[in-house]
Amino acid sequence: MEDNLLKTCLYDKHVALGALMSPFGGFIMPIQYTSITDEHNAVRHRAGMFDVSHMGEIFVSGPDAEKFVNHIFTNNVTGIPDGKILYGMMLYPNGTVVDDLLVYKEFEPGKYLLVVNASNIAKDYEWICAQKDGFDVEVDNASDTWGEIALQGPEAEKFAVDTLGLEPAAGLGFYTYYEAEWKGTRMIVSRTGYTGEDGFEIYCSHEAVNEIWDILLAAGVAPCGLGCRDTLRFEAGLPLYGHELSDEITPLEAGLGMFAKIKEKDFIGRDALAAQKEAGLTRKIVGIELQDKAIPRAGYPVEVDGVQVGVVTTGYRSISTDRSVCVAMVDKAYTELGTQVEIRIRKKVFPGIVTKKRFYETNYKK
Amino acid sequence: MAKTVEGLYYSESHEWVKVEGNVAVIGITDFAQHAMGDLSYVDMPEVDDEFEAGEEFGAVESVKAASDLFCPVSGTVVEINEELEDAPELLNQDAFANWIMKVEMSDPSELEGLMDAAAYEAMCANE
Repeated sequence: MEDNLLKTCLYDKHVALGALMSPFGGFIMPIQYTSITDEHNAVRHRAGMFDVSHMGEIFVSGPDAEKFVNHIFTNNVTGIPDGKILYGMMLYPNGTVVDDLLVYKEFEPGKYLLVVNASNIAKDYEWICAQKDGFDVEVDNASDTWGEIALQGPEAEKFAVDTLGLEPAAGLGFYTYYEAEWKGTRMIVSRTGYTGEDGFEIYCSHEAVNEIWDILLAAGVAPCGLGCRDTLRFEAGLPLYGHELSDEITPLEAGLGMFAKIKEKDFIGRDALAAQKEAGLTRKIVGIELQDKAIPRAGYPVEVDGVQVGVVTTGYRSISTDRSVCVAMVDKAYTELGTQVEIRIRKKVFPGIVTKKRFYETNYKK
Repeated sequence: MAKTVEGLYYSESHEWVKVEGNVAVIGITDFAQHAMGDLSYVDMPEVDDEFEAGEEFGAVESVKAASDLFCPVSGTVVEINEELEDAPELLNQDAFANWIMKVEMSDPSELEGLMDAAAYEAMCANE
């Protein structure tokens, strides 16, 4: 089975570093180099870097590009400035999620970069192409030619500027990017991430990714695997496709309605969301904190008086707060803050309280 | 390389057993703690719980995953290591010095079905 897995351009470096490698989204990826806890703490307190070259890069361009992106994307790209980035989703007509993604408005008219989840690249590309009838646009899946490193943590800016020489990175606002070059090849540097900390995502050629990785490693930036990428994003209340979002969940149910502009514009899935909002939600993603140390995991039932009222979508013993917490999809009647529920963990049930789904105060630089 | 201790019995599911009279002192092996990574919780049995050989008696949890524990011999729990409730990392520090539970064996002949250190090491080498 491993023979069918894709490797990123940094694969050999992960193996040489002794990383624990495991399949993720069709790729063989590093889960941890030393320990998930140490890598998590490196990002929270200093700086860490992730190989996220498995992410997909799909370029949309042409005279109708703005109209087309607005048609397939829940957030509103109308008139956004060059260099601006928006988070949002692509939906099926029934309002459930094809994928969640970032849209980069490039510094040329009618050009956008869509950054999508590794596990959904082929599906997304096919979906996007299937929607473009009647729009004068080109869609280019360039995922195989781009590498990406996420440099994250309170010291990320220092390493970007002092170590990599990316001076303009210091001036970037949250969710903006600038066009850089690495030895003559195109490089995109954005103030974005998936950890709840300040940081940058750097898109460039495979060769450049390898050089940047080595330079950051030599400067003392901790290599971090997907294990802590998940614990970090979870604490920060950020969703993961396949858990808090899927083709069976709508953005409203996931608590991401603010990224779906149903009052401002039309888009695929908009009418379904408007109808769902009108009718009222029947279920919603919430946070739950346990009093006990037992750890809730994805798939465990949420119960009230012995009756299942929901299911855990992601759960951990939070590394930053040392509490057992999870996010769960729960029937609407039990979603108010402070509601008492129970989570079934193996043979026992443990009491928990409904909380906000962000367990860690994020430290973004605005 | 994960270490083993001579004179203990080992199960295929990576528990060790130290025999003290009719009592089996049970823990997880160094190989198991290493494979799991940083442990953050031990789901302990309770005193007086009865288990059959091969029955699930609890779990150890790392950041990433839960791993079930299986009782290598049949019997009744007579003591649990309460220290682990607040300090699961003790298993990472020394898996053989930190036992999980003590079981009064109902059929000590079941020990014969377990491995010695050499056989267990050979099994781990193939995993």
